[in-house]
Parts: sequence; C-alpha cells; structure tokens
Amino acid sequence: MTNTVLDINNLVVSVGKKPGGPKIIDGISIQVRERETLCLVGESGSGKSVTSLTTMGLLPKGTLVPTSGSIKLVGEELLTATDRRLRQLRATQMAMIFQEPMTALNPVVPVGRQIDEVLRAHTKLDARARKKRILDMMEQVHLPQVERIFASYPHRLSGGQRQRIMIAMALVLEPKLLIADEPTTALDVTTQKQILSLIRELQRDHGTAVLFITHDMGVVAEIADRVAVMRQGRLVEAGPLETVLRNPTMEYTRNLLASVPSLVPRPPREESREPVVLEANDLSKVYKERAFFGKGREVVAADKVTLTLRKGRTLGIVGESGSGKSTVARCIVRLIDPTSGGVRLAGREIAGISRRLLQPHRQKIQIVFQDPYRSLNPRVTVGESIAEGPINYGVAHPDAMKRARELLELVGLPPDAVSRYPHQFSGGQRQRIAIARALALDPDVLVADEAVSALDVSVQAQVLELFDEIQKRLGIAILFITHDLRVAAQICDEVVVMQHGRVVEQGPAAEVLTHPKEAYTRALLDAAPGRDWDFANFRPVAEGVGATA
Amino acid sequence: MLGYLLRRIFAAVPVMGVVALFVFLLLRLTPGDPAAILAGDNATPERLERIRTSLGLNEPLIVQFITWVNKLLHGDLGTSLISNLPVMKMIGQRVEPSISIALCTIILAVIVAVPLGVIAAWKHGTWIDRFVMGLSVLGFSVPVFVVGYILIQVFAIELRWVPVQGFRSIFNGFGPFFERMVLPTCALSFIYIALIARMTRAAMLDVLGEDYVRTARAKGINEVAVMMRHALRNAAVPVITVIGTGFALLISGVVVTESVFNIPGIGRLTVDAVLARDYPVIQAMILLTSLIYVVVNLLIDVAYTLLDPRIRY
Repeated sequence: MTNTVLDINNLVVSVGKKPGGPKIIDGISIQVRERETLCLVGESGSGKSVTSLTTMGLLPKGTLVPTSGSIKLVGEELLTATDRRLRQLRATQMAMIFQEPMTALNPVVPVGRQIDEVLRAHTKLDARARKKRILDMMEQVHLPQVERIFASYPHRLSGGQRQRIMIAMALVLEPKLLIADEPTTALDVTTQKQILSLIRELQRDHGTAVLFITHDMGVVAEIADRVAVMRQGRLVEAGPLETVLRNPTMEYTRNLLASVPSLVPRPPREESREPVVLEANDLSKVYKERAFFGKGREVVAADKVTLTLRKGRTLGIVGESGSGKSTVARCIVRLIDPTSGGVRLAGREIAGISRRLLQPHRQKIQIVFQDPYRSLNPRVTVGESIAEGPINYGVAHPDAMKRARELLELVGLPPDAVSRYPHQFSGGQRQRIAIARALALDPDVLVADEAVSALDVSVQAQVLELFDEIQKRLGIAILFITHDLRVAAQICDEVVVMQHGRVVEQGPAAEVLTHPKEAYTRALLDAAPGRDWDFANFRPVAEGVGATA
Repeated sequence: MLGYLLRRIFAAVPVMGVVALFVFLLLRLTPGDPAAILAGDNATPERLERIRTSLGLNEPLIVQFITWVNKLLHGDLGTSLISNLPVMKMIGQRVEPSISIALCTIILAVIVAVPLGVIAAWKHGTWIDRFVMGLSVLGFSVPVFVVGYILIQVFAIELRWVPVQGFRSIFNGFGPFFERMVLPTCALSFIYIALIARMTRAAMLDVLGEDYVRTARAKGINEVAVMMRHALRNAAVPVITVIGTGFALLISGVVVTESVFNIPGIGRLTVDAVLARDYPVIQAMILLTSLIYVVVNLLIDVAYTLLDPRIRY
C-alpha cells in the first residue's frame, strides 16, 4: 500500500488551556494516504473544521488548544512543532482551501501577487521564474486568459474562478496534503461539479493526499475514496466509500444518510381544482444604476416571469445564484417594487398599488428567509416577534401572545419559548420560530426563500416535514425558492426553473425533474452531486430501478 | 481616475457656491442695518454712509452678490474693519504657522499611533493591548493646555532645551523652526495619537477575523507580512477617514494650543475677529474653513480608491 501522508492519532482539542475544559475534539484518529481522498463528514458543530485547522496550526490562539494525541505529517509531529517550522510546512507540505472563495482572498491585492507571495515566502526563485510558474499553475486549474487574471483583483472574478485561484495558490508548491474545507459549499452546482473534477484531476497529476471536509453526502459520493463520519467531536464511523454508503454500521450514519433528500421527486399529488391564490404575470425587475454624469447601466434581474399558485399547493422556483429567483420572490411580497408586470394575490392586483393601500394585503402573504441567525431580532423575545404582526393589524396584546404560544406548539416548540430570546435556540429551532412568525397572520401564501439551505440535513428534513404538515393542516399555498434540486424534488408540486432572470422551464415537479425538456435543466440535474446514489435506501439509484422494474 | 478627479472637483463647485451664498447673506440678512453692525455703537452718520457706499449696500441684493463673488474670485476678500489691512494678506500671514503645526502634528500622530494600534490588535487581550488602550484613555482625557504647560515647564523652563513660545518660519532655517515646533506638536498630537491608535486597533481587530487573513497564515508567510500586507491595508479606510478629518480640524485652527505657545495661527485670528466683530475676516475664515474641508474630503476619497480597488465612483 502507499504511504500515509497524514496520521492523526487520538487527538483531543479542548477549550482553554486548563485541563478538564470541554472537549471539542474527543480522541479522533484518521489517516490519509498518498493519492487518496478522505471525506470528513459531519453536521455543524461536529468538529470537522477544528480538526483541519488543528492540523494546519491555525487554531485561534489560546481559545482552542490541542491537549493530547498526535498529528503526523509524513512522519513529522505537528503538535509540538515550532511556529517557525509550521510556517515552513504550510504551502510546501500541507495546504488548505476554504469554504468562502468570496472572502478568502485579500480584496485589495491582485490575485497573481497573492499566489506570488507563497513562492516568495518559500522559494528563492527570481521574479520571472515565479511568474512563469504561477501562470503555469493557473493554466493547470483551467483559468482562461491567465495573463489578465494574474493582474485582476478578486472582485473582478466569479466565485468559481476565485476558488480556482485558491486551489492554484494551495497547490503551486505541490504539497503532499491538501485540506479542502467545504470548498464547494458556496458555489452553484454546475461550478461545484467543475471544481470537484478539478481537484480529482490535480490529485491524480500530483499524487496529493486530500482531506476533504463536507456536510454534503452528494459531494461525498462524488469525490471520496474513504469516508469518516464525525459527530460532536468523536469519530462515529470510518471506511471505504461504498461500505459506508451501502452498509453503515452506526445508527447516526444511517440517520444521516436517510435524511438526504432524494433527487427522485415524490409521487405527484392529484391535480388541484382549488382556487388560484397567487399569480404573477410578466413580472419584471430592472435595476438601473444611475450615474451622476454619463450613462447608467441596466441589469434585468427578472424578465417577464409568469407563474400561478393554487391553494394548498407548493410551487418551487429553482435556479443558481443570480438567476433572479429571490428577486421574483421579493417582488411578489413587494419587499421591492417590480418594474413592470402584475401580481394578483387572492384575486387582487398588488403590483402597482401604494404602500398604504398594500398594508391590508400584506398579511395574506408572508415570507421566511434563509438565514435563521439573522432574520430574528436578537433583542426581542420570540413571543413578541411572533405577536408583532397581529398586533400591527389590531389584535390585542394578550390575544396575540396566546396565539404565539399556539403557533409555537404548531411548529413543534414548547409554548414557554415565548419569553426566550433567539440566541437560546438552535438554527433549526429558529427557522421554526420564523415559520411561526410568518403563520401568525394567517397568510394565504407562505414564501420560503431558501428557508432550509442553511440547515444541516437532519434538521432540513424535519423542517421540510413541518412545511408539509402545515400545508396539510392549514391548506396554505407555499412558494418555495431553492437552489437545491433535492429539496425541490421532495416538497414541490410544480417547479419553475430560472436562469438569467428568465423562466427556462416550468411544469409538474415529477415531470420537469425526471424528464427535463430544456438543456439548462438537464445540466442542472447532471451537476447535482451524488445523483447516482439513492442515499436513503443505501444503494445506487440504478440498482433501485432494477429492483422495482 | 483623472475623470473621477475632475468630476469630484466639479462637484465641489456647487458646495462652495452654497457656502459663499451663506457667507454673503450672513451679514445682509441679520436684522438691522449691516453698516450699523459693522460700524459699531458710536458711529457717526457720515461713517455709516461711507461704509454703505464702500460695501455697495445701496445696490440691489443680487448686484451686491455678483460684485462680491467677482471680487472673491479675484482674491479680494475685503478689508478688515479693525486693522484696515486686506483680509487676504492677514490670512496669508497666518496660514503658514497653522499648516506647519497641523502637518507636524498629524505626521507625528500617524507615526506613533498606527504601529501602536496594530500592535494592540495583534496582541489583543494581552497586557500590551491593555497598556496601549490605557494610554489612549489618558490621551483623550487630559486637556491639551495641561499637557502644553507641563511640557513647557519641563522642557523649556527647567531643562531649557527649547524656547518657551513663538513661531519661526521654516524658510528662515530649519533649526529655529523645529525648536519652536516640538512642544506644540507633542502637546497637540496627544489626543490624535489616542484617537488614531484606537481607530487602528478597532479596524485591525475587525480585519483580523476575516477569511483572507486566515488564508494568508495558511500560506506560511510570517506574521509581520500578514499584519502589514494583508490586514493593515484592509483596515486603512476608517483610519484614513479619521486622519483626514483630524487634519482638517487641525488646520482650521487650534485656538488653545496657539494661545499656550503664542503661535500666530488662523485659530487665534478667527477668535480675535469674532470677538471684535470683524465681519470681513469672519466671512473669509468661514470660506477658507469650508474650502479646507472640501479639499480634505476629496483627498480622503481619492485615498480610498487608491487603497481599495473595489471602491469606484
């Protein structure tokens, strides 16, 4: 067998220097060999990022401290290495790429110079040799027009290009180990696919050992040779990819896999004859950048979008970032004013009417946002947040608070949560609170703008179930905006696929997501990571089809 | 870049126009006869009439304004009512000391404060950080005249290293200029060091939490390069803002310091003019101060675009 590059043995990382502090990492052992990709999987708070930062020696000083165990990089102990030695090893022997390519590069330095810095710190090459090597590396990561990009600032590049720069920077000195911490989580699926295959390709060419950290089982299925599952700082299970996906031995791993929403759409519900509650006709939003002098610029964020939503149904808008899906949602809720076109809410046109006339209609349509950590006011109790809407519409305070308690029960939280503050709840619980807040006004339409995207899969599954249950009980219509086709497949009756502000394809979810007519929809489905695996049934999709056919 | 500069300079014209209008109306719209205000309580009718004709007060308002602006553009700011000297000349004499002291102060403050702030942020939470922040509180709370008199007592009177007071132009030799500049600069820079150090520390602390600083460390470059190349440049925008406004404040007059060290700067000129109700001088000072602020703000904005390529107007 080939050599072990990274050998983590019985590692313990605690909070603070004193012994007996809470352990963030509790005795994990993993090995990564040459030319091998080990996927470290886990939900938020499982300690997977701390493991990688400990390896790089990048833990915030003094707050998190490795207290026992060992980390060996090609036989050299890292935990006892001096700061100076660690600096020498970084980029030359071990390198790291991060989750957010948007913020991981210094915004005020051209990207070429940022790569150059690695060479200047670790080699004695002269300026010309360095530049040649950088341009060569940039070509290896398939960047176009390398000379131009060399001199560009990060904000001129797309997310995918920036992540390629990060990869070029990490691999320019051919380190033995590459740590990739959720490198594709912030990217669109089509870009994600390209980056994953790029990492594969470079790994093959350079023989790099890759420690790949992710929460996404789809990505795991695409890239891993072996998988290690983490939970609350402990290693739950480890093994070759196939073994873990097919025969997970631990309960936690089984649950994790079972929560991954399937790409196969759920069985369609019968056609609805309920009344239409929401219609958008030729809805457009054009952003004009007005210049003080000279000509302005126009950006068409939504271009003649038409959609219909019936009572008790769920309509999904899917698309990548910049497709205009959120713009449409915000126009429909009138958080922003559409440039042209109409929105009919419960039979009443609301696109053009003034804010004051709109006020009575607002309660009929409510929205749940993506980030439950920022969409609730941290200084207001949960109860007051929920009751604020009804109180605005004239409900007496005690009645509104009583209703808040009922709603909290409806979304599966204890009624005494009313007097607590948002920070006392987890992400999933906060999203339940946000849903309760939206429901407080008895809306006809609930708009969920990427409402489950920030949640771990197990929590995501629960929140999706909650949406379903609420719909069944209250007969509410849901407009579900998501970039995740798996989520769309599990909750939507109809889907609208958007690209560059336009509707590309539209129809029943079961139809569009299995037999797409348009090339773009097909490309999106093709790019969905792990599409060959039916995680919840622990088998590849192909076998499932064979079994039922 | 050049186009941007021209546009910004062009945009400053209406601002200065509004200021000019305000300054012009200041005298004309105050209740009562401007000539009477100017002449004081014991003026003879002949003197009132003379002032009226000399100021053109018998003309219609709009004609007066045009004449006044026209004179302004030709560098004629009128004549002081007290000294009978042209206002332009009076200010001209006072500008050099003020600019000297402002420049020296801001340079000293930046040289001392920025490294202090960077070190405090780098060693966040340690005794070094607390020591720097303690100094900064001291700098804020001790009044400038107290610092000034202590410095005079120690270095001028006891040790006799430098003269007590006064100002010499730099054109008459660097030595005498420097001798007289040291104490007021030190006294005045105290509070600016405190301010800029605090600002630098806060901005650095923000930036040190950014992902690209982690990236820089992951590259294996040394901490000095991480601090200077990656953190400080990104933290510079708020710091530059404080430095710029601080400089504008300094140049438009630091009355107390000028009084303590007997420096003939524009701060004292302004105070004297206000006390003596020397309207032409007051008007000129308002115009000058506004102009300084407009120019400094322009420079700050230009500095932004140089520091951060994302900022484009």
